[in-house]
Parts: sequence; structure tokens; C-alpha cells
Amino acid sequence: MTNPSDRLPPVPRRRFVEALLSGGFLATAAAFFYPVLRYLIPPKASDLGSDSVVAGRVGELKPNSGKIFRFGSRPGLLIRTASGEYRAMSATCTHLSCTVQYRDDLHEVWCACHNGMYDLNGRNISGPPPRPLVGFEVQVRGEEIFVRRRREA
Amino acid sequence: MSFLRNARNWLDERLEWDDLIAPLRKKTVPQHRLSYWYFLGGITLFLFVIQVLTGILLLLYYRPGANEAFESVQYIMTQVQFGWLIRSIHSWSANLMIFTAFAHMFSVLFLKAYRKPRELTWVSGVILLFLVMGFGFSGYLLPWNTLAFFATKVGTEITGQVPVIGRPMMIFLRGGEDVTGATLTRFFGFHVAVLPGLATLLILLHVLLVQRLGISVPPKLEAEWNANPAAKREMKFFPNFALRELMAWYVALGVLGALAAVFPWNLGVKADPFISAPAGIKPEWYFLFMFQTLKLIPPKVWFIDGEVLGVLGFGVIGLLWLLLPFFESDYPSRPKRWITGLAVFALAYVAGMSVYGYLAK
Repeated sequence: MTNPSDRLPPVPRRRFVEALLSGGFLATAAAFFYPVLRYLIPPKASDLGSDSVVAGRVGELKPNSGKIFRFGSRPGLLIRTASGEYRAMSATCTHLSCTVQYRDDLHEVWCACHNGMYDLNGRNISGPPPRPLVGFEVQVRGEEIFVRRRREA
Repeated sequence: MSFLRNARNWLDERLEWDDLIAPLRKKTVPQHRLSYWYFLGGITLFLFVIQVLTGILLLLYYRPGANEAFESVQYIMTQVQFGWLIRSIHSWSANLMIFTAFAHMFSVLFLKAYRKPRELTWVSGVILLFLVMGFGFSGYLLPWNTLAFFATKVGTEITGQVPVIGRPMMIFLRGGEDVTGATLTRFFGFHVAVLPGLATLLILLHVLLVQRLGISVPPKLEAEWNANPAAKREMKFFPNFALRELMAWYVALGVLGALAAVFPWNLGVKADPFISAPAGIKPEWYFLFMFQTLKLIPPKVWFIDGEVLGVLGFGVIGLLWLLLPFFESDYPSRPKRWITGLAVFALAYVAGMSVYGYLAK
């Protein structure tokens, strides 16, 4: 006749129940927190903006001035240089994403938030901006000024 | 009077009321020439209560949402009777509260009240200061005006500079890639639900610790009093100190009412994501010292982006600040000199950079 204690499984029953219970609690906690964590992350907004927009009309901008236009959900900057040429670039400062403006007194692009400067090609020339502004292509078709993203070559 | 006594007896029979308030009766406040600094924490608490009350009043009319927020604040200020006053008190009280919280912190620092056994009081206080700044940052956006829009853009973008976790945090805060109406909804939730809940819990803990540990005495005086217990001077908390504190609150209320009535808070211009940041844009004064520091760091330091360096720097400093008491000596007779030096430097830096940021173009 064998002693009942000889037949004990290698993992005692108590440990088994503990593992089952704590595993169950962990799984329940995970089942609670996973949806909450996912809920906190906002869904990705689809940018419906096309590759090309009408940024303004001919005659709207005097030489040596600039305006902000809507490019999808982001602002863009259209400049007419003193010589009458059109330039367009992203208006989101590469430093901390304030919206830049054209300074007619300096003939440069300026960000009011932290005094960042860009030249008329969008190159960062002074202040904190780490990168140039993304440039856009400008085409004048009839009365309208079209701005489009540059195609990667 | 017999009604009051009966009510009191009724409560005492059910709640053992006398036992509950017994510690308050025994509580004392040390009396010395720097005792005045003990009022600051209480004043901050008083202003917090004003924030809760006026905040609830504003909630009756405020509507979060990019198309409604500005208009609803405008409505509060122009149509609702005394709406301008309630909002003005909320804004002024917020600013005064941040000021008194900073003043309270520096007074604790200079009086060395954070020493053993009060480390956790300090830690909870510094976390409360961070929460208060979070209140300021989130509440600032709610009127949805231009200044607030760009301040939020810059502030959340700075969060985005933190390596690895920065970007997901920024998207979480903004409720998307950009600052939009979704950001406003989130900030509203933080401002009226998340932060008040956390702050209330921490204030309870903070006050409970103060009750439990008693009020600290500057180390020099503590050593003196330990050597000569006869020299020790104290006043009863109730009613002596409590009445004085009440007078301090009354003065604070007077200052607040005068400021709110004489300099009503502006609303500004409605936010528009498609205009340039206006010239001379600056954050609220309590963020100016960080703003100015970030402005002075060059775009690249060695191989690290200036912004990243600034943000990580402030993060590390904030963490060390939180842990400051653990660097202090346990003996009141031998306080660490360098901590006092650091406190002087910190105060000078914050004050100096704020003034510089205010005056700089």
C-alpha cells in the first residue's frame, strides 16, 4: 500500500492554484488595459489634401510680400519676391512647428516664436531651426497660382 | 448655543468626533522670526479651492470644441452676468497660485524644511508643482485663441523631442499629428477631470504628511532649541495660527479680487491654424525661463539637436529636483552648504531668465 503523500505531483496543488489564479488575474488585467491603451492612441487622420492646390491669384500679392495658404491640413507660405518671382514652401517651422511669415523689411522668412530665419529658398540661415523648410513647386496657369509638392527625383 | 452643543454631541456619539479633532487641538506651530513663510502653503491651498469653485462655475457655460470654445468664452465674458469676473478670477487665481506655489517651494528650500523625515512631503509637493504647471498649460488652450494655439503647438512639439517615447507622447497629447479640436477636447479632459483628481489626492497626502510630521524648524534654530529646550517657542495651531492663516487668506482674496476687477483677463483673437504666429509671441510667465533657455541653445551642440539637449536637460533637472532631500544630511547641525548654494542659483536662474525672456524680442 502506498502512502498518499508519495503520490503528490511535483508541483504542489497550492502552487498550481496560485499560478492559475494569478495568471488569471494578469490576463484579466491585460484584457482591461490593452483596449484602454489602444483607445488612448488617436486614430490616424487621412490627409485628403491633394498634391496640388491653388495658393492664390495673380495680382493678389504685391512684390515683396507673402501669404499663408492652406495645403491639405497644413499651412504653406507663398511669397512674391521683390523682383516679382513666386516662391512657395511649407509654413511650418522646422524648429517647434510654429507658423512662419514673410518679413518684407528683411526680405526673409521669419518665425516669431523663437526668432528663426530662413532665406527665400527656405534654407535655415539663423536662429534655432535645424532644417530648411520643405519647398514646393509654383506654376502660374492663367489667373491662378498653383503650388504642388516636389516630386522625388 | 444648546442646539450647537446637541449637534456636536450627536456627532461625537456617532463619529467619536472629539478623538478625530484631538490632534488638531494638540498641534502647534513653531514661532520665530521666519514664521511668516509658513503661510504660503495655506495660501496656495486657498487659491486652489478658488480654482475649483470658479472652474465649476465656468463649466456651466464653457463648451470644448474648435468651433465653440472661443465663442463660449466670449459668451461668458459678454453675455453672462459677472461672467467676465468669474473668468478673470479663475485666470488671476491660477497665476497667483503658481506664484505662491513657487514661493512656497523656495521658502521650504531656504528654511531646509525638506530634511529628514519630510522627504516625502517635498516629493509630493514637487509633483504638485508639476501638476499645477500642467493645469496652467492645459487650461491656457481652452479659450482657443491664437496665443494659446501656438503655445500648445510649441509645448507639445517640445514633448515630441524626447527620444523614443517623445513622438507617441506628443500624438497622445494632441489627439493626432497636429494641434486641432481633438487636442482641445483632450486638454479639456485633463484640465477638468484627470488633473483635479490627481491633485486632490496629492494635496490630501501632502497635508496629511504635514499634520503627521509637524512643522519644520530651520536647522540652526532646531539645534539651538534642542540644546536649550526652554528657548523653544510655539503657538497653538487652533485657534492662534488658524486665525492668522485666515487673515492671510483674506488678504489673498482682496489682492485677487482687486486684480481680477481692475485688470480683467483678455480673450485675444480666435485661433486659426492658417495664420502666421504673431510677432512677440511668448508663453505664460511661468514657462518663460525654460522658453528663454531653449531659445539660447544653438541648433546643434556637438552631434545632439539643441532642442533634444534642452528637453533632456530640463527632464533630468526636474527629476533631481524631486529627489533633492535625499542628498541632504540627516543632522540639523550639519546641513549641506551646496544645497543652499544650488537653491540660490536656481532662484536667480529662474528669475533672471524669466526677466530676460520677458524683455527679449
